Amino acid sequence: MTPSIIRTLSVCQKEILQLVRDRLTFGMVVMIPLIQLVLFGYTINTDVRHVPAAVVDDLNNSFSRQLVMDVQATQVLDFKAMAYTPAELERMIRDGKVAAGLYIPRDAERRYYLGDESYAQLLIDGSDTVLGSAVSSLGRFPFQPGNVIGNSSQTESLATRLFYNPEKRSAISIVPGLLGVILTMTMIMFTSVSIVRERERGNMELLVATPIRNFELMVGKIIPYIIIGLIQVSIILTLGVVLFRVPIAGSLLSLFTACLIFILANLTLGLLISTMAQNQMAAIQMFIFVFLPSLLLSGFMFPFVAMPKFAQNIAEVLPLTHFIRIVRGIMLRGQPLNTMSADLLFLLAFSAIFLIVSTLRFSKRLE
Amino acid sequence: MNTAIRVRGLTKKFGDFTAVDHVDMDIPENAVYGFLGPNGSGKTTAIRMMCGLLKPTAGQIEVLGMQIPTQTEAIRLQVGYMTQRFSMYGDLTVKQNLKFIGKIMGVTGSRLKQRLADLVEEYKLEPIFENFAGSLSGGQKRRIALAAATIHRPKLLLLDEPTSEVDPNTRRDFWDQLFLMCEQGTTILVTTHLMDEAERCHHLAVLNDGKKVADGTPDSLKNEMNAVTMEISGSHIPAIKEQVNKLQPVLSATQVGVHLRVLLDTTLPQPEQWLTEQLSSFGDTLIKSTEPNIEDVFVMATRDNESVG
Repeated sequence: MTPSIIRTLSVCQKEILQLVRDRLTFGMVVMIPLIQLVLFGYTINTDVRHVPAAVVDDLNNSFSRQLVMDVQATQVLDFKAMAYTPAELERMIRDGKVAAGLYIPRDAERRYYLGDESYAQLLIDGSDTVLGSAVSSLGRFPFQPGNVIGNSSQTESLATRLFYNPEKRSAISIVPGLLGVILTMTMIMFTSVSIVRERERGNMELLVATPIRNFELMVGKIIPYIIIGLIQVSIILTLGVVLFRVPIAGSLLSLFTACLIFILANLTLGLLISTMAQNQMAAIQMFIFVFLPSLLLSGFMFPFVAMPKFAQNIAEVLPLTHFIRIVRGIMLRGQPLNTMSADLLFLLAFSAIFLIVSTLRFSKRLE
Repeated sequence: MNTAIRVRGLTKKFGDFTAVDHVDMDIPENAVYGFLGPNGSGKTTAIRMMCGLLKPTAGQIEVLGMQIPTQTEAIRLQVGYMTQRFSMYGDLTVKQNLKFIGKIMGVTGSRLKQRLADLVEEYKLEPIFENFAGSLSGGQKRRIALAAATIHRPKLLLLDEPTSEVDPNTRRDFWDQLFLMCEQGTTILVTTHLMDEAERCHHLAVLNDGKKVADGTPDSLKNEMNAVTMEISGSHIPAIKEQVNKLQPVLSATQVGVHLRVLLDTTLPQPEQWLTEQLSSFGDTLIKSTEPNIEDVFVMATRDNESVG
């Protein structure tokens, strides 16, 4: 082995020893993916069901009763209260007793058969947009009273078919995205404090007087975290499959390859932060500066295609945007790696550039 | 005698502040050479430039026949540097720290094993070898820092205030170790502001405000000092001190225990008699001349705008 490889490996070994000793960080390696996945997986739910609702039934015959039963059968609304006037219904929504209300006017049946007017009204609490839009979609609900005579004017005019996630389960799209979010969070955080910490504790004074080169120090610091990143990927995928029955349509090899490249990109970004920050606090602030846009713009929270051009341009610079595209492709659609070369190349180039820049930025002198 | 470090016109500026100002120095091989100076006099800056940690603003440094900054990497393999602040990893054990530094310095395999065994023996590391470095006492920390700095058997050892914060016994052990290494052919450069450390050096350079204001062996510095040392004993030392400080030929006065130590201008023809006359009003004072020490040299050399020969 050349002295250069020995030096790189001893930095690696030292980092691992410190990591094992540092219970908090070591715990975070396992606990962050575990807790986040369980929390996000179970709570982020765009698949809205059992919204508490009230009904005002001015018609009160078999038509209105069937309408209420059929709406209830969609499981979107749960009728748990009766009101006597639309005004009372509004008050109940305002007071937060229910989140939606169905008003069936006295002439609902007549309006229905005339077919040119709405026959009933849905009142929805729009302060939660996800909930609002889910309940609104009930407006196109195909109601067929009597279940014998079809009324062609009320059937759906457009048949839709939903690929890859036909049941619209949120966990299926959340878990791949969460894989990227958790890796961004832990990988950048670990490396962004790594060099700053040595500077703060005075260890840098020791290192700078040795023959170790910048590149050796950088690479030696990255390698242990690559292993940790891959461990996290395994934890997240296992939990995703076991707890949320998330499919992995593509090959595991391409999935891990993509994760490896993404981990590299995040680690080098963290290193760059570490060479710029004066102390650990500043490093954490810079980390948040990068993490928040990643979370909001990458397509994890909001659909990328629906964002304004300006936001899309910013998002294109962030590694997470590219990774979310790749990982959803592999996990949900079984897309082969070679069809995603543009995103993969971006991540590789990103890693190379950031590694070089942080090596150059890091000064072995103490000025 | 060969020269280990040759410095010419060495200058370092941080913005407008000049930390080291045109210093010339020849540090002989196989000696313990001390940089003596008050805090902020440029000792640490000078030593850092000599191991390539800081880039000089001007001047040349030649270490072991090699040039800084062009041959810095090669120089580092021959130089051991012990920092003023404890710089080893507190969350690693002594053994892990030494192994890590050894490998970084190019000591590997069976050679590393041998060196570790030697160091455990020489520095009595056995009882603390598996302890975390952060949990050690001040003296133990200095000991393992010195062990780490010498793990690659450097020809030149640079020590930045090595024993400023340890008790006298630990300091004695530490210096015994230094002299042993010096005996075996290592050149040692020490910065200090402690008189007993300075007294032990073979050779001293006194720095003040970034300038070298004196150099020589401790004895020659004492002998060539531009002052006469007197010791006054009496019952009203603080009052005597106040009185003495008003007199023109008095360069410095400081209380040491029950005595007042006074440095007088050498131009006075009969200093003892003169001082007795000046202090006649205090009654029973005993005045006698005494041998100068390194503290006197330090005080004289670092007086503003004054220098000694």
